[in-house]
Amino acid sequence: MPTCPECGGTLELGADLMAHEIVDCPACGTELEVTSVDPVAVALAPEEEEDWGE
Amino acid sequence: MTATHEPPPASHLRTIMKKVKLGLLHSRIRTEEKLLFEAARRRRDIEVVPLPTSKLVLDFDALPVVDVVLDREISQSRALHVLNMFDRTGVRTVNTYDTARIGGDKVLTSARLRQAGLPTPEIRVAFSPDAALRAAEDLGYPVVLKPVDGSWGRLMAKIENRTAAESILEHKAHLSSHYHGVFYLQEFVCKPDRDIRAFVINGETVAASYREADHWLTNAALGAKTSRCPVTPELDALCISACQAVGGDAIAVDLMETEDGFTVHEVNCAMEFKASMACVGADLPDMLIEHCVRVAREN
Repeated sequence: MPTCPECGGTLELGADLMAHEIVDCPACGTELEVTSVDPVAVALAPEEEEDWGE
Repeated sequence: MTATHEPPPASHLRTIMKKVKLGLLHSRIRTEEKLLFEAARRRRDIEVVPLPTSKLVLDFDALPVVDVVLDREISQSRALHVLNMFDRTGVRTVNTYDTARIGGDKVLTSARLRQAGLPTPEIRVAFSPDAALRAAEDLGYPVVLKPVDGSWGRLMAKIENRTAAESILEHKAHLSSHYHGVFYLQEFVCKPDRDIRAFVINGETVAASYREADHWLTNAALGAKTSRCPVTPELDALCISACQAVGGDAIAVDLMETEDGFTVHEVNCAMEFKASMACVGADLPDMLIEHCVRVAREN
């Protein structure tokens, strides 16, 4: 199981995980991005940029 | 014995037709994108081609082979460049580059809504803090200052008086992005503690939701509560007109309720619908995917 790069907590992620998916660490709430699904790896999600939106 | 030749059922036709190659342009996979991928992958007439922006190297002469591109890129500037490249090569995009450019710029949006004769808040555009102050005085307080390309309620200001205006405009002039040199001021519209988000797909208002908050900002991204809003003939007609005014295929129209009826204050091209999905009773991901297939087959 991957761990949160912010708090070190264990992440329990679903089987239908996708690359680039955004997940929240259940322990510290940090937003994480799935960088790989096989093997599963996560990194801190990028900070919001000024032109992000709809 | 004479054989009878009845037409095959539509479901069978769908499977024998050439699959539509649906390019799904994205960066982050949020709930919306995940639902869209799932909706597309459930269909046998679609081949999904993920287009993660961070992995793309685009060449005008060798773009990824797709029949249609659905734009779900979270970055407006990145989306515009990709849509422009596909549009130029004849690949249909949802929405088109032109629509995304208009929808991503509040000045252009206001211009199109006004040009179409649709009810929309009064605005002023200025290019210096001094001129913006004059514009605020002209519109009267309170007045709303918005980033011209902003979203999610980011960096919006409700300015109550001249003192606040002077302070906020000075701060804004020192922000880094050149876009903050364009001052978009909008009349403050007195409304209930809610606004309306309506979803228009393929020329039809398919669903709408109220977004309610104790704050003057009612963005779902800021935690507004959503509930179903009936699509009345008046709302439907206005939303369809707003969509046509920006040349949209599939857009979310944001409206406010006033004593004189609805007023359209925003259109959103890469529509976010997570907050509305549970209450509107419409399968928006399925509808978006179906629309993409339709435009790909028509193109």
